[in-house]
Amino acid sequence: MDLSDLTIKQALQSLKEKKFSTRELVLANFERIEKFDQDISAFLTVCKESALKEADEADKLIARGKAAGSLTGIPYSAKDVFSVKGVKTTASSKILENYIAPYDATSIKKLKEAGAILIGKTNHDPFGFGSSTENSDFKITKNPWNKNKVPGGSSGGSAAAVASGMGIFSLAEDTGGSIRQPACFCGVTGIKVTYGRVSRFGVIAYGSSLDTIGVITKTVEDAAILLKEIGGRDENDATTLNEPVPDYLKTIDQSIKNLRIGIPKEYFTKGINKEVEALIKEAIKEFEKLGAKIEPVSLPYTKYAIPAYYLSGISEVSANLARYDGIRFGYSQKDAKDLKSLYFESRAKGFGPEVKRRIMLGTYALSAGYYDAFYKKAQQVRNLIKQDFDKVFEKVDILIAPVSPFPAFDIGEKAQDPLQMWLADIFTVTINPAGIPGLAIPCGFTSDNLPIGLQLIGPRLSEPILFKAGHAFQKITDWHKSKPNLK
Amino acid sequence: MAKDLIRKQVEHVAELAHIGLTEKEIEKFREQLSAILDFVSKLEEVNTAKTKALSQTTGLKNVFRQDIVKPSFTQEQALMNAPDQYKGYFRTKKVF
Repeated sequence: MDLSDLTIKQALQSLKEKKFSTRELVLANFERIEKFDQDISAFLTVCKESALKEADEADKLIARGKAAGSLTGIPYSAKDVFSVKGVKTTASSKILENYIAPYDATSIKKLKEAGAILIGKTNHDPFGFGSSTENSDFKITKNPWNKNKVPGGSSGGSAAAVASGMGIFSLAEDTGGSIRQPACFCGVTGIKVTYGRVSRFGVIAYGSSLDTIGVITKTVEDAAILLKEIGGRDENDATTLNEPVPDYLKTIDQSIKNLRIGIPKEYFTKGINKEVEALIKEAIKEFEKLGAKIEPVSLPYTKYAIPAYYLSGISEVSANLARYDGIRFGYSQKDAKDLKSLYFESRAKGFGPEVKRRIMLGTYALSAGYYDAFYKKAQQVRNLIKQDFDKVFEKVDILIAPVSPFPAFDIGEKAQDPLQMWLADIFTVTINPAGIPGLAIPCGFTSDNLPIGLQLIGPRLSEPILFKAGHAFQKITDWHKSKPNLK
Repeated sequence: MAKDLIRKQVEHVAELAHIGLTEKEIEKFREQLSAILDFVSKLEEVNTAKTKALSQTTGLKNVFRQDIVKPSFTQEQALMNAPDQYKGYFRTKKVF
């Protein structure tokens, strides 16, 4: 048994049965990092010393039969936007290159309390700005299935890490597809939750009305286990929901017979790669075999989702990133002559090109004379996109759509053209403005052996149904079990 | 909507955003931002005369909590990432 292949469920069971120790499990994951991450470049920071210390403590608890945490001994990684007390938290941007978080994000705190062990922080596009992880100021992460390809983004390091057996799961963040698209490109599972389901406290902000915290895992079942742990109301995040967090495992094995699944025609347009389309259609047949009722539906405002999403997102960016002033934390230009130069020069040197582009576009969209035409217009279209979903969910329970119109693309292919990079998010950005959840799961491989994923989309707080449907699919398929052959 | 930005507009936005730009960056961003603004102007096609703006999806309003004093950062923690400090204060450059 290769310990780095295990799911959370399998690892918990084996730890309980004392088939191996937590230390052995954690070391097996570090062995993969030491062997392959030089090349894959998924990690920005590795926390071996603290992880082994925590592993030994977990082993003591397990030996005494006192492992109270529901995730005791499970090694995981976190995207480098999550504040971890005493650990470098860079947002993959030079402006935070030496920033040490003075406190834990709520999700990190909850995982710690449940006994999970952080093994490192993963690379991503800075502040979540990108779809390939190439915008990171520190390194380019490679796709473990084909090292000439991008792992997707923005959470590319997280997805590559999970696919490579470096940590059993990764804590990540999705503002417009940043969990689902890299999960799809790397052949793993990813959940983008209902807005407000998981606290954003302590997570470096991108667009505050769109940001959601979720996980990248090996199976749907593991995602269900984790959401129960990290979800819930948080006094430190006023946008968290009051609704109780259900025990997703209780309903995950239920039949999906007669579940009404809509296929939105706008997601199967001319631009979609033929192999992607064929694999999604094959997967839809599997859902039919499971007893689901498939019907065509329409979301007419889909074509406006990219501009509406980006205008909303970048406007929030321009406000959120105003805090990087070179005074309280982050990069600071030493020889600036006065305060204004300190702001201008620190931000000029600390931010990379995509970050500058987004701040400037957002500033423009909010500036006098353009606010109504850009920001307000985008918020109105956002409402129409949400209404599209509201209407469609009166007729069907969930939707099936591709995650991305194409498989992982070449490193460098879109890096020089920011607009082309934005357009890669065409099928994922739609749900963030509406605040609804989406679950990305692997559903096959192209002829070049690149993973393809589909997403299940449901109304607000429909995570139990998404997990049930995704799990039903993973029970009758093996796509999620395929592993890249790392050398 | 002005779709093709002129240099002056790029400089103005950079000024508002407090980002210093090099000559080369001004020209590069002028082209790239113009292309993106042209693309997002697609929203003009949508009739939104009767549509309300939607800025959030939770429906939550006025979320309050008890105003209880709790331990917070120590002075040391608050200053631990400060690029420059003086006697327990953040030190900045002169304003004028």
